[in-house]
Amino acid sequence: MTELPKIVPLSEQKSRRDFIKGAVTAVVATAVTACSSKDPFTKAGENETKASGEKVKLLSVTGEIIEVDKAYLKPIPETPHVSNEEARKGIPGKKFVMVIDLAHCHNLKKCQSACNHAHFVHDHQNWIKIYPMQEAEHTSPFWQPTTCMHCDDPPCVKVCPVDATFKRQDGIVLIDNDRCIGCRFCMAACPYSTRVFNWEEPILPPQALEMQYSPETSCPPKIGTVSKCDFCPDMVRKGELPHCVSACPNGVFYFGDMNEDVVTNGSETVRFSELIRDRSGYRLMEDLGTKPSVYYLPPVDRSFPFEDGLKTKS
Amino acid sequence: MSSDQKNKIVADLLPQEFGRAGVIWTISLIVICAIGLGAYIHQIQKGLEITAMRDYASWGIYISNFVFFVAISLVGSLITAIFRLTGVHWRTPLTRISEIIAVAAIIFASLAIIVDMGRPDRFMNLFLFARLQSPIMWDVIVITTYLMLSILFLYLPLLPDLPILIASKSGGKIGQWWYKFLGSFWKGTHLQIRMSKKAVKIISIMIIPIALSIHTVTSWLFATTYRPGWDSTNFGAYFVSGAFLVGAGGVVVAMYVFRRNYKLENYITEKHFDNMGKVLVMLALLYLYFNVNEYLVPAFKMKKAEEHHLMSLFTGEFSLLFWSVIILGMIVPVIVLLFPQGRKPMPMFVMGMLVVVGAWFKRFLIVAPTLLSPFLPMYDVPENYKNYFPTWEEWAITISTLAGALLIVTFFVRFFPIIPIHETIEERVLPLKLADHGKM
Repeated sequence: MTELPKIVPLSEQKSRRDFIKGAVTAVVATAVTACSSKDPFTKAGENETKASGEKVKLLSVTGEIIEVDKAYLKPIPETPHVSNEEARKGIPGKKFVMVIDLAHCHNLKKCQSACNHAHFVHDHQNWIKIYPMQEAEHTSPFWQPTTCMHCDDPPCVKVCPVDATFKRQDGIVLIDNDRCIGCRFCMAACPYSTRVFNWEEPILPPQALEMQYSPETSCPPKIGTVSKCDFCPDMVRKGELPHCVSACPNGVFYFGDMNEDVVTNGSETVRFSELIRDRSGYRLMEDLGTKPSVYYLPPVDRSFPFEDGLKTKS
Repeated sequence: MSSDQKNKIVADLLPQEFGRAGVIWTISLIVICAIGLGAYIHQIQKGLEITAMRDYASWGIYISNFVFFVAISLVGSLITAIFRLTGVHWRTPLTRISEIIAVAAIIFASLAIIVDMGRPDRFMNLFLFARLQSPIMWDVIVITTYLMLSILFLYLPLLPDLPILIASKSGGKIGQWWYKFLGSFWKGTHLQIRMSKKAVKIISIMIIPIALSIHTVTSWLFATTYRPGWDSTNFGAYFVSGAFLVGAGGVVVAMYVFRRNYKLENYITEKHFDNMGKVLVMLALLYLYFNVNEYLVPAFKMKKAEEHHLMSLFTGEFSLLFWSVIILGMIVPVIVLLFPQGRKPMPMFVMGMLVVVGAWFKRFLIVAPTLLSPFLPMYDVPENYKNYFPTWEEWAITISTLAGALLIVTFFVRFFPIIPIHETIEERVLPLKLADHGKM
């Protein structure tokens, strides 16, 4: 995926620190195009911006200082920084749910690799795991992807001593890696073994190190703290689907809002209540009373034999 | 006559300088602590990566060691408070031994939990963002309270001994400074004695619920989760009974060591060993009872989720350790101590050691096997994530916390009488005086 152009507006009020931070993310190519009279990245209607004559200095990613006309600077639309307070509250009026259709999963692991890529998760600590499951000796095996269940009665949140993991009004359970003390009680409390720990200093690509941390992106990961699937609230805020949902070629993952009663797997949008009713949706370990936000559709009328999944390299 | 006797008691019980063995012992403990500190510095630099803990076995010997310390610290309340309230008169020479064990253990329990933290630099978050709903906060509260009460419980009965220590000119410069700092205000007036006795009485009542709480709350760190082996309503009582057992075992070991090294045969008598032996039998049987409940009742049902856990203990990877702990740490002591010959000092010492070592590994068996029996199978992780054997750093740090606790006890004994002098005089000399008085 190519990065969208990022140019940061600069004003007198911005501190020097912000200047550098913003400038570093500016892509030099875009800065150069911004200098030309036509800006190809803005829509035709908006393209009538006149050069103001007021130049600002920017630091390119290659370390050169370049001058850009102030009028051509556009804010980065895709990374509005969400304050910690907002990240803890969640998106008003929403109740996010996921439905995982076991009939179509054959362990391609595209969800896992997309998730790992987006969150800088290394191989040992996959947030998504695709378990080969077999309930009993003579029952049929199937592939079961698991994410964080984002329980409505989350055992992990109950035990956290410092409110580092919390439940938001939109149903998402997040971790504040700036507050987590690394006691790992939440890992012991989670019956779905969904939480992972950053045992060592995470090895990160440069773009991850530059990111401003937010519980909504869970990035960059921090040593000595707990991580897990976050339902990609940063994507959701942009009106996009979580990475696992859009990465799955078989449409296994549906994501949506329970209040709107709509879920989508990217190609097909359906009523959540009808999907669950018609295809006998269920949740994992219902008897524990954790009330997960992730529903499963049983592996009936499968589109692939179980054995297909064994071919995937792990 | 009685004055001679008094002087003899004082002379017998005054703290003594380290002998050769004492010096070697102390230096070894300091060396072990230094190695542990080095390992911990390494851990701070590298993170918990240097341990063998991974996402399944997310708690290891740091936590089981913490539980062990909390457990053994309960002995302070058992010997001093419970025995006091139930009128067990032979407890006097054992009270200070058990109190200093309690204080040392609870201090290192707090340190052990910090060692386990992924971000010890954020320790203050526990107070800045404290969430009272979390069992960890309950533990922070009760452990701090228990530490304070235990220190008072050690300090108040020590007060009458301090003038004796000051008068004896023992302890060297440092010792004398401490005695004066801690107790120069103590004149032994009627009012002071009355206040002190009242305070001790109040504490000995208060400390019992707090002591039960510290270990019950510690058990709840496990029992408030869903996991097989931890999801039990019995856990509080199970932990408390185990704590009394290891505490009593620890006191027996300490009794033997002090008696031998400081020639205290007149004060810690065979009768004391005999009595403690009977206490140990009772506590071991009680703990066995809870073990039957914890393991055999789930084994009778063999629920799917429990099966992996129970089988790993009964016949699987932890079976050797499990059966050794049950047999050597509980059954053998019960059998040996049922015989009067078994309650002599030497066999008592051996049984005490078995109980204490068994109890340490028992805590390990409570923590690790459960974490390695998750509800969803262990999957999609490297092979070393699926089992747990501590690294040398973990061992070094853990052993150094044990050495540190022993070091506190050792230095305490170097400067303070391990058997209360004043109380012993009161018990032994005053009744004689009264008896003399009666004759006249």
